[in-house]
This record gives sequence, structure tokens and C-alpha cells, in this order.
Amino acid sequence: MSERPPVTVRTAEEHGLTAEEWEKIVSILGRPPTFEELGVFSAMWSEHCSYKSSRAHLKSLPTSALHVIQGPGENAGAVDIGDGLAAVFKIESHNHPSFIEPYQGAATGVGGILRDVFTMGARPIANLNSLRFGAIDHPRTPQLVKGVVAGIGGYGNCVGVATVGGEVYFDAGYDQNILVNAFTLGIARHERIFRAAASGVGNPVIYVGSRTGRDGIHGASMASAEFAEDSEEKRPTVQVGDPFTEKLLLEACLELMESDCLVAIQDMGAAGLTSSSVEMAGRGGLGIEIDLDRVPQREEGMSAYEILLSESQERMLLVAQAGREPDVKRIFDKWDLQAAVIGRVTDDGLFRARWHGEEAVRIPVQPVSMQAPLYRRPAEEPKNLNEMQELSLASLPEPRDCEEALKKLLGSPNLCSKRWVYEQYDSLVRGHTVIGPGSDAAVLRIKGSARGLAVTVDCNSRYCLLDPYVGAVIAVCEASRNLAVSGARPLGLSDCLNFGNPEKPPVMWQFQQAIAGIRDACLSLAIPVVSGNVSFYNDTDGRSIPPTPTIAMVGLIDDVSRCLAQGFRRAGDVIVLLGRSREELGGSEFLATIHGQVRGTPPWIDLGLEKRVQGFVRAAAADGWLRSAHDVSEGGVAVALAECCLASPDRLGARVDLEPSMRSDALLFGESQSRVLLSVDRQQWPRLRDRAQRDGVPAEAIGEVGSPHLEIGDWIDVPLDELAAIWDGALERALRVVA
Amino acid sequence: MLAKIYVTPKRGVLDPQGKAVAQALHALGFAEVGDVRIGKYIEVRLEGAAGEEAAGRVREMCEKLLANQVIEDFRFETVDDGGKRS
Amino acid sequence: MKWGVLVFPGSNDDQDALWALSSVHRQEAIPLWHKDPDLRGVDAVVVPGGFSYGDYLRCGAMARFSPVMQSVRAFAAAGGIVLGMCNGFQILCEAGLLPGALVRNRSLTFVCKRVWLRVENDRTALTRCCREGERLQIPIKHGEGCYFADESTLRDLEARGQVLFRYVDAAGEATPEANPNGALRSIAGVMNASGNVFGMMPHPEHAVEAIVGGEDGRKLFQSLIEELEERAARGGGSRRRTTGRAT
Repeated sequence: MSERPPVTVRTAEEHGLTAEEWEKIVSILGRPPTFEELGVFSAMWSEHCSYKSSRAHLKSLPTSALHVIQGPGENAGAVDIGDGLAAVFKIESHNHPSFIEPYQGAATGVGGILRDVFTMGARPIANLNSLRFGAIDHPRTPQLVKGVVAGIGGYGNCVGVATVGGEVYFDAGYDQNILVNAFTLGIARHERIFRAAASGVGNPVIYVGSRTGRDGIHGASMASAEFAEDSEEKRPTVQVGDPFTEKLLLEACLELMESDCLVAIQDMGAAGLTSSSVEMAGRGGLGIEIDLDRVPQREEGMSAYEILLSESQERMLLVAQAGREPDVKRIFDKWDLQAAVIGRVTDDGLFRARWHGEEAVRIPVQPVSMQAPLYRRPAEEPKNLNEMQELSLASLPEPRDCEEALKKLLGSPNLCSKRWVYEQYDSLVRGHTVIGPGSDAAVLRIKGSARGLAVTVDCNSRYCLLDPYVGAVIAVCEASRNLAVSGARPLGLSDCLNFGNPEKPPVMWQFQQAIAGIRDACLSLAIPVVSGNVSFYNDTDGRSIPPTPTIAMVGLIDDVSRCLAQGFRRAGDVIVLLGRSREELGGSEFLATIHGQVRGTPPWIDLGLEKRVQGFVRAAAADGWLRSAHDVSEGGVAVALAECCLASPDRLGARVDLEPSMRSDALLFGESQSRVLLSVDRQQWPRLRDRAQRDGVPAEAIGEVGSPHLEIGDWIDVPLDELAAIWDGALERALRVVA
Repeated sequence: MLAKIYVTPKRGVLDPQGKAVAQALHALGFAEVGDVRIGKYIEVRLEGAAGEEAAGRVREMCEKLLANQVIEDFRFETVDDGGKRS
Repeated sequence: MKWGVLVFPGSNDDQDALWALSSVHRQEAIPLWHKDPDLRGVDAVVVPGGFSYGDYLRCGAMARFSPVMQSVRAFAAAGGIVLGMCNGFQILCEAGLLPGALVRNRSLTFVCKRVWLRVENDRTALTRCCREGERLQIPIKHGEGCYFADESTLRDLEARGQVLFRYVDAAGEATPEANPNGALRSIAGVMNASGNVFGMMPHPEHAVEAIVGGEDGRKLFQSLIEELEERAARGGGSRRRTTGRAT
């Protein structure tokens, strides 16, 4: 055996463990760990793998409902969608790697989440992503955007999974810490959902997929540490994605799952072979022994430590029925992939790894998870919060020219068309996409069924910065509203909680508030949390990102032919505004873009009204009463109206009148919640109005579809072509993309 | 033997990548940059072949697979690297 | 009729081609695994889109060496109908079954969107249900779809009516703005001189149902179905050359 560094509390600290955690390891083992064992503990007890700062809080989220097949704790969540099928989905962050190497970071993020979903036995049918970059004029932003977008497309397109939606935001708060959150939705048959619990003593443990190299060693620890200026030096640890191998792995695994040789399967993600072995043994209450010499290796001279902790991509660990090894091998041979028996399931409750004939690792499995550190870190409201929440509308001059303000908003990086981004993604492959990118939610048909699924990812981190509780409530409500305006009822959500350093009390406070917000909104709207991911330490040089609890939500449409999009469909239709408008501008895009201020309190939200509005839209959509529906969000009613016109297949304009009941800027650009813009046939409107009254939903006819202009009262009258030119090319211009 | 193979776009075939790189170099102040063409560099290790025979085999590899002669040219050299793996 | 859809490692739109043929056009359609040279008596072969062999080295470069491609070559030589879409077009060009090559989009980025095509020749097996000059809206999705051939090849293609489709704008004009990838002469699809091997970058198999984005692609499959049925009626399924009359 090569020279073994002496293992002391110092070594543990270099691995990101505390002295206390070192003591715990020594007491679990009854001796100091070997270097390899220390590597295992440091990976398994990293924030990324152990959720040590968040676990205690995550427990408060509602996770159950009759239709939940699999809640948090597995590779992905699963909900029943009828016809014996399940929707399997999860969102996950790949933030740090994407900042260091945007193309590969984003690409491997997509690869990882795809594996999480197909290890469950689901065929992935759609990817979405939530991206946050620094200010668009920050010198690094254009390259980061181009790299991340190319990486997402490069991987997803090659694997053959459609990328059907997502969100892209720019904010100086992400200048040094971009966010790349990747989501995958798959469909599985109930009886073919696979889990990652090892069973059957003596069953073979089989390694499949790419060979192991020195990629990404300690990625899990990296994701659990703050950035410093020298993080560029971490570049060699970045993993490189191979989407072609992933495609083969996907097909081979799904083929294997159709046979009856598979017992359990787990992706080798963060902390690679170590975490997949420990987690499979842990969930099954058994042990696993592996022989590291049998692991297919890509590089020469790798050490046991490196093999245990490598994060080489496109690898899976599986447990098969004893005696069925040849069947497993035959399927992987067909797809030209490696499959090597590297160990077996044992009954001793130990994770044991042999290397060159010696035992390099001998760790009791249960204590690694059961006795993993658990922290209730101190939380404290940020000192500047009160000051940030102050906003006196009286001190803001009303815009002299609302039309100019609208144009400026439509050309701003956060509200302009994201066409340049999503055209780089294959949004069509496998033919499920009924409504693709650029709408409130993506809608996917389920082949062989009348049903469809709607999917969305949402978060307004400006609201979360100003009030993380309300911001999180709104994130859940907006996601659910985006499903409602597509005609879908929510089945469950997956959350990707992106925060700063949890050892800082203000960050921990933001986290706790956001969890409480998600919990309350979920309880009110009856939506379970079925999977998720926490990404802490999004800090650079002491500066934390705005709290960003991204919500990915999946809903069901009983008759997918009745789903709705936002674009106006027919001239003469009545435009209806649902919900209540308040005189509020706190945290709005208008305030940020026109006045350069991020302050105030986020919009007021009344969960009762929210629920009624959503239920009303869903029912009206199901009855076929509506022609289009659009959520009113960033940029308010004026921007939402412009979006309905710009998304109209025939580029139909609108003539709208709004009661001047408040300041013009709040009226036009305020972001009051629980509001929806509908268009309906003129004949249908009286019926709809009566129904709204009965359901306690404020509904007002505000105008009519038609005319090649967007006209709003005396404030705005602009040809659609002009708005289109501003909105459509703004992102390319801002990113200085060479045509 | 080690074959070092260079595959480049044929003259007259648009090379948008080369064009973009030329523009970027200009933007960085490298005013002297003229045309940029981007191709591929491929290393193929040959076991037990040498001399003319090896060169003939490499030419065949290029013609059959490594280059598409509708759009690409190739050239190569073979060097003796003592059979060691780098 | 019986259709075979080739499946290479990395084929992605094979399922879409099978779906379009079987579920929409009610044809018998089977996958043909690349390692098996047996074409199993199919009447026509579809080379589907995707990223065969990861598009590594060059798009389509490696797929052409698969055992099944040797059979496809013989099938085409005997006059059998072969349709390549997107990656399938790239493979057919790499295999020398179609003239020219597909190179990187001028924008350097992958592009997925619906485009307008103009039918340039309606006297072919693929376009017999269309009218010359007719516009079809069909999606593209590729990073390397810029059609290239040398001047004399292009001249020959034009002269012999082998150019099937061009990218045009909504008014039917082949403008530079309407050309999504920089293809020479806005060429979106071509056929071989014998008129039985067809290649196109757009994806007609993704335009066969209104609910997922349009039905303009149906005309192309319908054309091939009619052609095959006519051939079967005429000569017991013989694969005589029947199309490709020069303009």
C-alpha cells in the first residue's frame, strides 16, 4: 500500500470536519479512521450529503397526500397521475461547478438530475431549469450565460430529453455566485418504481457506466464551502459530462428494469462510490463490501481514496438478484457499457472496501447516517432588514411617460424574451410538448392518455430578500398559479433551496423563514413537498446571495386538449382581470428597473383569495370557457397584457381601460398577487362573471382583444411591432451575441 | 508509433468558429490577426506498425473516418515515441 | 406498408419516427437495431434524428460503419426508399448516399424552432402530395445543419431537381434572415440522383399532430406511403426506380 498520510484531527479539519465531528468518528469506530475512512466521513457528513444544517427544519414541510407514492429521501419524488402511471421528479442545484466551468458545470448538473429520475425507473420526458446570473453588465455575465446555456443544451439535446421551460434572472446579488438549478420530470409505471435500498444478503453489487477517473474529487465538500478569490484553482476537480454515455446508460437501465434481475439502484453522484454504497446499505439496513481493485478505472495509479471519492459522471451502482449477473451483463454489453461485479450485500451492517487485498475501509453504516451531525444553527434577523423594507411611495415621482416605462421594462433583462436561450434547447424530442418554453408553465401530453402534465419553476428572490417568509409563500403560490392558468391542478413540488453560509445567523434566519413560508403555502394549497435539495454556502468573500428557494411544481390536466396558453386567440374576445389590485410597488421590477431600487415589502398575499382564484381558473378552463390565461407577475398588468399580445399566434393587440383608482405606476406595473388575465368569448363573459361572483373571485372586464396596438387608457398606445422589436432581441443585444 | 493527425476545414468551406475567434482576437487588441481556421488534432497510437506501412494505414483511417473530404483536408506525421504511454 | 426505423446508439428521434408512422399514419413500423444487418423485409427505411455516437468526431461519421448501414446501402442501390431526417440526413451524407455535407450552424449555436420550407420539386416520392412552391411549417433542431457542397455539385443538384426544400420566410422568399443555419442556397433537403434516397434537416415526424405543433409533415409521409402503395400495386413490391424525373 502506498504511503498513508497520518490521520489526525488536523487532517479532519483539512477535510472540512470540525474537531467535534472528529471525536464522533473516533467514537463510532473505536479508533482513529484510516485516511480512506476519513474521506468517507468527510463526504457523507458534508453539508451537501448530510443536510446537517437544514435537516431539522426540512422536517416541518408537509410531505404526504393520498397520491404521493414517494416523498423526500429517495433519488426523486413520485406522485400518482392515473392510468397506473407516476410522475417522478426532482430539482437539484449545480451552482458552484457552473461558476467555475459554466459549460461542464451546467451539463453535469443536467446529467445528475436525469440519473436521479431514471434510477427510479422513470423515463425522463422533460427538463426545466432555473438560472440566476449576476448583473447583465457585469463583465463575467455574458460568458457565464453562454456557457451555462450551451452546457444545458449540449447535454440535454444529446441525451434526447426535451428542455421545455425554466426561468432566467439577472441580479447583482449573483455576480460571484450564479445559480444553476436543474429539474427533470419522468414517467414510470407504479409497479416499476425502483428504490435505492439494498436487500438480499449475498446479492452482487454491480458497477455500471463510465470508468472512474480523478474527476471532481471532493465535489461534495466543495459544494459545502464558501468561495474565495482563489477558487479558480479548483478547476481541475470539475467533472466533465459525457451525454452520449448517459443516453446509453439511460436506455440500458430502463431495459434492465423491465427484466426482473434488479433489486436496487443508485446513481453515483456527489461523493461517488462512497455515498452510493453507504446509502444503499443504510436504506436496506444491511452491509456492503466492495473490492476497489475491481472498479473499472480510466486512469493509471489511482489510490483507494480517489476511487472511493471520485465524482466521475455517468456511473450507477446496482444490486442484482444473485445468479442473474449474466443477464445484467448482456444488457449492458448490448449498449456497449461496462458492468463489473465489485462486491456483495452483507448482513454485518458494515461498509467495507478492500484495496490490494487489504481492508481500507470498515465503517458501521447506520451510525454514518443516524449519528450524522445535526445542527440547529443560530438565526437572527438581518440588521438592515427594516431599513430595506422602508418604501415611501410619496417620495417616488410618478412616471411622466408610462409608455416609455413599459418599453424599458419589456427590454429589461428580466422581462425580455428568453427566446435566444430556449431556442438552444431541443424542446420537442419524444413528442410530449404541447406548450413549450416561454409560457407560464410547460404542458406535456401523456401518450396513450387524454391527460397531460403541467410543469413550472418559480422564485422571485427579490421578494425573498425583502421578506423571505412572504417571498417563499409567493414562490409556491406563483408556481401553483402558473399551473392553474394552464388548466392544471398541482400534485406536488420539489424545492431547491439556495442560500448563503448557514453558519451566519442572518442566512439561517432567511432559511428558516423561507421554510416556514413554503410550509404555510403548501398547507393552504394542499400541495406536498416530494423531493428537494439544499444548496448552502453560496457566498463569496463574505457576501451571500439573495435567498432563493426555487419551487418546481408538477400538476395534472384531465383533458390536455383543454390546456391554456397566455397568448390572445381571437379578436373581439373580452379581457378579464381576476383578483384585487393594491397600491404597492415594494420589491417590484418597476422599482428596480425604473428607479434602481430594491426595497419595500413584497406584495401582500391572501392565501384564501389565492386559492379561490386558482380554483376558479382551473374549473373555467376545464369547462372550456376560456381562450387564454396568464398569471400577472413581474411588471404588473401592463407587462402581462403585452405578453398576452406578443405570445398571440396572430399577434393580436388589445384595447384596455383601467379604473384610475391609484397611482398610475402602481396600477400599471404593481405586482399585486393572486391576479390572472383571461380572455373569453364575448358571449361567455356574463356566465363567467356570475360564476366569479358566486366563487368570491373579483373579476372585471377591462378591455377587448384586437387592433395591432396595445392601448391602455390614456397612458399607453404603442404598435405591437414596436414592442416586439424591443422585447424579442433585448437579451441578444445585452449579451452582445455576435450574429 | 504515434500518428499526429491534423484535420482542417477545406478552403472555401465557411468556418464560423474560426470567424468568431478572429473577431474575439481583434476585440482583444490583436490587430494583426487575419484569417483563423479551426480544425482538429487527433493522436492515434499504433501498435506494431512502422514506416511506410504505418503511414499508409493512417492515410486510410483519415480517408475512411477521421476526415470528411467533402469539407475537410488532413495531414499527418508519424513519430516514434518508444511505445510508451504518456 | 412496412417501415424500418434504424436505431443507433444515440438515436433520439427514433421513437418519434415510429410514433408518426404507426400511431398517426397507421403503418407497420419496426425499429432496426444497428448491430443487426437484417432489414426484415421492410418497404422503406427511415434514418432518424438524434446524436448517433454522441455526434463525436463529426455528426453521422461513425454510424455509417454499423452493420445495418451496409444493408441500407444495398437496399438503396436496389431502388429502395430511404429517408434521413436531421442526424439521419447527416449519416446519409457521410455514407455517400447523398451529396454534400452538413456543417456547423453559422450562429455556432444549436437552434430549435419552427421554420418555413418551400417545396422545390413536387415530382418526387417524398413530395408528390405537395405542390411546387407550397410552404410547409416544420421544426428544425440541430447544431450542425448548414448544408455545404461545392459549386459544381450545387449546380448539378439544382439542374436535376434534387433540391427538395429551401428555408423561406412566411412570404415564401428564401432570404438570409429566413435561413436558420447558413445553408448554401438555403437548402433544407436534397435527394440522390435516382430519386429514392432523401435527406432533410427539418423534422417532419415532429409535425404530424396539431396538439404538438402542426401537421404539415404529414404530407411528406403521405407522399411516401402513396408511392410505396403504387409500387406494390404495380410490381409486387419491386423496388424499381420510379421517381426523380429531372425538371
